[in-house]
Amino acid sequence: MSIKIKDVNYTYAENTAYEIHALKDINLEIPDGQFIGLIGHTGSGKSTLVQHLNGLIRATGGRIYFNGRDIYGEHFSMKELRSRVGLVFQYPEHQLFEIDVLSDVCFGPKNLGLSREEAERKAKAALRMVGMGEENDHRSPFELSGGQKRRVAIAGVLAMEPDVLILDEPTAGLDPKGRDEILDQIQRLQKERGITVVLVSHSMEDVARYVDRIIVMNQGQVRFDGTPQEVFRCYKELEEIGLAAPQMTYLMHGLKEKGADVDADVTTIEEAADAIEHWLKS
Amino acid sequence: MIRDITIGQYYPAKSILHQLDPRVKLVATVVYIISLFVAKGLPGYAVATVFLVMVVKLSKVPFRYITKGLKAIIMILMITVIFNLFLVDGEVELWRFGFLRITDKGIRTAFFMAVRLIYLIIGSSIMTLTTTPNDLTDGLEKLLSPLKKVRVPVHEISMMMSIALRFIPILLEETDKIMKAQIARGADFETGNLIQKAKAMVPLLVPLFISAFRRANDLAMAMEARCYHGGDGRTKMKPLHYVSRDRMAYAVIWGYFLLITGVAYAQRLLYAMALL
Amino acid sequence: MIRAEELTFDYEQLDEEGNVESKKRAVDHVNLHIRPGKFIAILGHNGSGKSTLAKHINAILTPTEGTLWVDGMDTKEEDRLWSIRQDAGMVFQNPDNQIIGTIVEEDVGFGPENLGVPVDEIWRRVEESLSAVGMLKYRHHSPNKLSGGQKQRVAIAGVMAMHPRCIVLDEPTAMLDPNGRAGVIRTAQKLNREEGITIILITHYMEEVVEADHIFVMDDGKVVMQGAPREIFSRVEELKRLRLDVPQVTLLSFELQKRGIPLPDGILNNEELIDRLCQLKSKM
Repeated sequence: MSIKIKDVNYTYAENTAYEIHALKDINLEIPDGQFIGLIGHTGSGKSTLVQHLNGLIRATGGRIYFNGRDIYGEHFSMKELRSRVGLVFQYPEHQLFEIDVLSDVCFGPKNLGLSREEAERKAKAALRMVGMGEENDHRSPFELSGGQKRRVAIAGVLAMEPDVLILDEPTAGLDPKGRDEILDQIQRLQKERGITVVLVSHSMEDVARYVDRIIVMNQGQVRFDGTPQEVFRCYKELEEIGLAAPQMTYLMHGLKEKGADVDADVTTIEEAADAIEHWLKS
Repeated sequence: MIRDITIGQYYPAKSILHQLDPRVKLVATVVYIISLFVAKGLPGYAVATVFLVMVVKLSKVPFRYITKGLKAIIMILMITVIFNLFLVDGEVELWRFGFLRITDKGIRTAFFMAVRLIYLIIGSSIMTLTTTPNDLTDGLEKLLSPLKKVRVPVHEISMMMSIALRFIPILLEETDKIMKAQIARGADFETGNLIQKAKAMVPLLVPLFISAFRRANDLAMAMEARCYHGGDGRTKMKPLHYVSRDRMAYAVIWGYFLLITGVAYAQRLLYAMALL
Repeated sequence: MIRAEELTFDYEQLDEEGNVESKKRAVDHVNLHIRPGKFIAILGHNGSGKSTLAKHINAILTPTEGTLWVDGMDTKEEDRLWSIRQDAGMVFQNPDNQIIGTIVEEDVGFGPENLGVPVDEIWRRVEESLSAVGMLKYRHHSPNKLSGGQKQRVAIAGVMAMHPRCIVLDEPTAMLDPNGRAGVIRTAQKLNREEGITIILITHYMEEVVEADHIFVMDDGKVVMQGAPREIFSRVEELKRLRLDVPQVTLLSFELQKRGIPLPDGILNNEELIDRLCQLKSKM
């Protein structure tokens, strides 16, 4: 599975007074099984970009290839694309509507033409995967807590067994524990199923712990693309575009500027403590 | 993005009509519409036409905005004209096909009905084009305030209208989001017959309603937190006061109405005298 | 300014006939005292009872047991309700669901209109409040065109225009991006410093409370910790158990302390840690 984005441009309201060039010359390749963090401000184009990946928005210029096939080509089925590229929007719990949890999660699979039995099987598997036990299957989704509702909504997309899972700000509005729970679950999912995961966020810190690759967007363009360490090294430029590297990056660089001989590339607390201890005792 | 749509057809400009108190415009529109039914025959309609042209010019709104409203009633207009043209009895028959015939009276009735409808739409459009939705609700609230004496909840109705205006763009945007989320799960809002399409709306309407209720709940709490307790004791930031410009406008509109009634009456008188 | 004595609140689940089916205790015999002019933070995870407690301060909820006084007024007294709400204003989590006006200045005037303030005075207050939050140039804008952080600042202006003595901010940054969050907290701090307004910030983001005068930490409806930021931040293990996000610098200091490096408790920011470490190094 791979996605190739070539010279993609997107303009809103072309040729009117309200024209906005939301995406400019995007070129990206997303290989199979990667865990990617897509970071940027509101208005950077990150949400617009991911909506191109499952065909909800059509690029005004450029091409997108899914497994080598042009998604704007004649015989390409958008419906099929959406079953392979799952998109979970921000505050996904707002899309719940069915009488009970199980039926809501079955909505996706049923739309793909599966029988009720098949759909239920996949729905149940998806629910277990997000940590929702059997006891909730026949409860009304509206009786659940905020965090539970969110997990049901994510299960609703997982039940379609996509190859790529895109989550737009999955931790929005959650408290620290809720955030950690969801991100840990997503990480587990990614490892177990080997699917490609794209986490869209405006928080570098949240995302850094989990992803292999960070893509930073600003004003409709890709500004940085690399491993977390590579991207954090450019923390000064990140600041210029109004994004912040994790607090630790600033700390380590601050120490280094005062003459300390420490490795500023560390990203975890343990690594930082090791580096500092080493420096103090040398 | 969707939030940029302006509600109503308000067209910002600096015309004397834009600056008038909204109550004057509301009353004037009603009076004008009534005048269209009082007027009889060409002289009356000539007066109405002159008045309308004057108002359109004063509004400084480009003509195509004014005719936009007419597009909506094209069907009704055609039906009215056709019915009156072919089915009204008259003295002089000009054409016949089976039970369909065009008579002189038919032509006259069809013509005047069409004119009335068109002028009605243009007249109301001028009002909404030159008055912001908020000003309209403020004007309506002030005009209807005497009804408070008969227990009509004028203030509450006006508050509901302003809140609706405020939230329409937000709910539209939310509808879009919900639609996209369901489409991402394979929902199809386009294919199918009427029944299928109606069923497909459930995943859209249920979340939308729930969201609307949640917002209403939050808003009520926020309003109470800011000491909202109904209309009693409230002052207004932008109170409506008549100025001389408004009084002159009232004079003009009543003058026009008297003129039209006079012309219609005179016509009837002359007609009656001609018969004797 | 605000005093709670054995404040208790139960959420009641009613069955179809209106009988009480189940009760959930959200606030459990809380005692606290908030002095005027201070910047207070109430921290806790979702479900700790902090929002429920906050809603008692402006009498949206009244206690099941115990009492809450705002400026000496008992919130259970119905005829003091509007005085209490004018004294203690509240800003909510969802920026859109608390803005009523279709134009910014009209929304800020909503509160004064409700209080029956005369027209000229309303305009004066609207301009003052919008300036105080740095949004005066947006006065003619539609709220739909503003960012989340800007909307929250307009909401704060709307409360300020009522001339309250204290403002409760109930998770005002939960739905905002980092920039918006910073703007709102900065505005709250400015109002506290420059206008002397008591600020009560309800949040689960620890980095927002670093400069508070006093912090209350809640769990399971009770106040489990209180004190100055330094004291609270030094209790890292407890905070983690309470599902709160300790800032990375504090975690790191704690880790270094565990390894025997002599650092003071409760380091709150990068600069302090860097200074201390450099001092230690130079002594070695």
